[in-house]
Amino acid sequence: MSGPVIFDPMTLPSDDNVNSYTFCVELKGSRWFLQKGKMIAYYGQIAFDGVGHGRFERLVRSSFHSPLHASDWVVAEGSGKMLLADRAFDVNSFDLADGNLTIRSGNLLAFEPTLALKQSIVPGFLTLIGTGKFVAASNGPVVFMEPPLRVDPQALVGWADCPSPCHHYDHAYMTGVMGGLRALTGIGGTSGEEHQFEFVGAGTVLLQSTEALMPEQPTGAGPGEPGVPGTPGSAPRGSGQLGDLQRRFGL
Amino acid sequence: MFRLQGSKTLAVDLTGDAVKAKNGSMVAYDGRMTFKKMTGGGDGLRGMVTRRLTGEQMAVMEVKGQGTCYFADRASEISLVSLHGDKLYVEASNLLATDAGLRTGTAFTGLRGGASGNGLFTTTVEGTGQAALMSDGSAVVLRVTPQYPLQVDPGAYIAHQGSLRQQFQSGVNFRTFMGEGSGEAFQIRFEGDGLVYVQPSERNTLGGDV
Repeated sequence: MSGPVIFDPMTLPSDDNVNSYTFCVELKGSRWFLQKGKMIAYYGQIAFDGVGHGRFERLVRSSFHSPLHASDWVVAEGSGKMLLADRAFDVNSFDLADGNLTIRSGNLLAFEPTLALKQSIVPGFLTLIGTGKFVAASNGPVVFMEPPLRVDPQALVGWADCPSPCHHYDHAYMTGVMGGLRALTGIGGTSGEEHQFEFVGAGTVLLQSTEALMPEQPTGAGPGEPGVPGTPGSAPRGSGQLGDLQRRFGL
Repeated sequence: MFRLQGSKTLAVDLTGDAVKAKNGSMVAYDGRMTFKKMTGGGDGLRGMVTRRLTGEQMAVMEVKGQGTCYFADRASEISLVSLHGDKLYVEASNLLATDAGLRTGTAFTGLRGGASGNGLFTTTVEGTGQAALMSDGSAVVLRVTPQYPLQVDPGAYIAHQGSLRQQFQSGVNFRTFMGEGSGEAFQIRFEGDGLVYVQPSERNTLGGDV
């Protein structure tokens, strides 16, 4: 019987995948940012602290630019190797070289502090700018595509460089007699593919190979309809909620 | 003889001997097999009472016969563990099958169990033979040596073997109560010599959001 591969701090890869669901980060007195609760194990001396208070206050200024979503991130600091994973989703690391990448908030798992994380204009998305490595989770392996193309909203993970994302509706079908009738009455059903995101311009579009969405992480913007950014949140924020304080308590 | 058929199906070749497996986990077999439900986890009367009391109930069946029997459960990834007289500690929900010659029992885990959302007790497997573990996503096996202790998130822990001391450590401070916690407030620290199995997914735990 060939036993399972046994890892120790020497044989664990440095900043690479252990298997398709687990990523290993090596810290040498350096820092990494990760989403809350995605660390599964670590060797060595690593401290985990919430971003945005105490000595990490200035990280909000240098790496997050917005206190609104900083509370969902953790700084790992120290030396050792740590394993990251997210609900048994596929994880992959990507390198950005003086570039930019916009990603669905729920898919971003961790990133190097040399990258700056900003809230995207597109609600529910985050933009990474700079040079460095980041780790993203996806439901099924990631596929890279070149624009121009149209993608299903639920399969979109993110896009790099500057293609222009816009909505696309299958207008002829939706306003046609049969399609309109179906849309109005619900009789006959719809194909579910009448609406797409369209990308034109130069860049790369990242897709996941299923249409199962990763749960969205709060980015500080109002929540949208699942998978479709730009829809205003249904519940207006009440007064006296002190920003998003209640969310931090899990309310 | 345990072997993996793909990563999610366990194939066991039997030649008249027996294997203990999670009740209802058989998906196919060839040859002649008999399946017998073992009352109370198959540890005898005392074990049954202990399991009842500790909440580590396992529905176990004994499979006996000639041929090959295939086991799988909810498309979980399976890892094989060889035991040579040592003891494996595993959460009852992560144990798929063991050689019939292995003794199973229950052990108190202390505070760690409470935080991992799996109760205060865990299942032990002892003896010489093979066992199959289930995990959500392929498990990672990590070696612990005296100079390299390991910290594990309670929600990702599935099993460990060898002579390990476990210790519950918490990073809870006043910020946690301000809602500024790191999400990694509780960890299990393993020291000594042995192997720890973690899965790339976290169960919902008491401390998971803190």
